[in-house]
Amino acid sequence: MAWFKRETKSIDVGEEKKTIPEGLWQKCEECKAPVWRQEIEENDHVCPKCGHHYTVGAMERLDSLFDGDWEELDGALRATDPLRFVAAKSYSDTLDRIGGGPGPREAVVCGAGRIGGFEAVVAAMEYGFIGGSMGSVVGEKITRAVERAVERRAALVIVSCSGGARMQEGVLSLMQMAKVSAALARLDREKLPYISVLTHPTTGGVLASFAMLGDLNIAEPGALIGFAGPRVIEQTIRQKLPDGFQRSEFLRDHGMVDAIVERKEMKPYLVRALKFFLG
Amino acid sequence: MRETGDAADGPLQALERELHELAGGSGDAGAGGRIEELRSEIRQLRQDMFQRMTAYDKVRLARHPDRPYFLDYVDAIFDEFEEWHGDRNFADDPAIVAGFAFYKQRPVCLVGQQKGRDTKQRKFRNFGMPHPEGYRKALRIMKLAEKFSRPVLTFIDTPGAYHGMGPEERGQAEAIAFNLREMAALRVPIVATVIGEGGSGGALAIGVADRVNMLQFSIYSVIAPESCSAILWRDQEHAAEAAEALKLTPEDLQRFDLIDEIVAEPDGGAHHSPDTMAETLASILDAQLLELDALPVDELLSGRYRKFRRMGEFGE
Ligand SMILES: [Zn+2]
Repeated sequence: MAWFKRETKSIDVGEEKKTIPEGLWQKCEECKAPVWRQEIEENDHVCPKCGHHYTVGAMERLDSLFDGDWEELDGALRATDPLRFVAAKSYSDTLDRIGGGPGPREAVVCGAGRIGGFEAVVAAMEYGFIGGSMGSVVGEKITRAVERAVERRAALVIVSCSGGARMQEGVLSLMQMAKVSAALARLDREKLPYISVLTHPTTGGVLASFAMLGDLNIAEPGALIGFAGPRVIEQTIRQKLPDGFQRSEFLRDHGMVDAIVERKEMKPYLVRALKFFLG
Repeated sequence: MRETGDAADGPLQALERELHELAGGSGDAGAGGRIEELRSEIRQLRQDMFQRMTAYDKVRLARHPDRPYFLDYVDAIFDEFEEWHGDRNFADDPAIVAGFAFYKQRPVCLVGQQKGRDTKQRKFRNFGMPHPEGYRKALRIMKLAEKFSRPVLTFIDTPGAYHGMGPEERGQAEAIAFNLREMAALRVPIVATVIGEGGSGGALAIGVADRVNMLQFSIYSVIAPESCSAILWRDQEHAAEAAEALKLTPEDLQRFDLIDEIVAEPDGGAHHSPDTMAETLASILDAQLLELDALPVDELLSGRYRKFRRMGEFGE
């Protein structure tokens, strides 16, 4: 479940034994083939050789789903370290360090706009922010996104990408599961569509709340999707898990997701689903 | 896996033994005074000890194998409990017990996680760690309560939902998520009480309620301190620090406005006087049910929504 690896080593690119700096090339983490970075990026962050889906940032995801312009919702919410949590590192230091970086200021970005002409609210999670973990801000932003969908009678899409609840906010994080789920109960009663898009990885308290509650649960191929992490399960049952365990295809075969949709097909897929429900 | 929450009370046990011998002994003329003295020493010592308890001591006490479990409270508080089994889909999960009983002649729905008392029972109950079918059974019985307008009382006591292959295959996450959503909209009063361990999503899955109580020496946490230590310190040695950092005691939860009531335990903890504990809890449940009975359903539901809606701490 790596953050994007930035190795400094070089890659062997064939017969000439010429090495090219890692900055332009990378070894695909799935098929191990050397691939141009730019080629992956231009292919929606999907390996052109093997189809492996790399993690996408929240802003890029929202750009890829909305028809054009979209308005960010509740972008000013910030975590406050309510527990004054100190482990090996202090939570407030972590927040300061990541908050000063180039990426989004929390593990979810919410936006309002249109998808295929349908008014929609979309929440996209940001794995680069503390593993996409859900603390108070994530819970609050997603709850507001759900409430906004109810107010505007808009469709809701949540793109999950998260290691689960954020430990550093303790039981406050846990309660976000109930908070978002309660809001989704209202959306459901209002007969508004909610499509949950599960991407690599979606685990723990995020999966055990809103990510599993879609009218449709749609997964990108090959994503790790599970309640417990594979290592935790292996420790519990003291045996190795079979290949493909907790991957998207496994969840589809066990009845937990409606369909597996490749990234480049995701937008047209959502548009068609919204036509089924609202068109 | 036997946890010894009483690890710290060596001197206390010595005094208790002496008291027990004196009280059980023959009518020694001088014993009466000494008994009173011992009782007050014991009270004082217990108070001092509980003042000095660390968060991790409280975790161990919440897991104490002698603590009353869900079915002990059922026996002590309710009449004619009937357990109903199974999720009508896959199996019965002994880690969650559900059914109806009478409370002062009034039918109520009871749902709780159940740990086992001895080795065989612990295995049978899977140490109180439910499978998806346990959560689905819980919801099935709660829906019966809704259908027949009976209040629901849940009792939380689990290290967490079970981590295994079967639970993943059968949708552990979906089962928990679905309960969260459906409990938020269940049209009858719900009161949840953490009686021991409130272990993460596996606890919350029967914990969405109009009133949430915690016994004085129970805990409620997003993750077990041992697992938190393993992730953040990369070893198991920092569980005590993790317990401190996670803010998992009833006082912490009350400070963040996440629970309604802390239910006082008898000196030394619930297991020192289960009857007193049950009586205290019953009187609180009684009062809460009366309060909730008075609310029209719409107010009940909007109150429940607001209760969870405001949970969380952030800046804007
Ligand atoms: Zn590849």
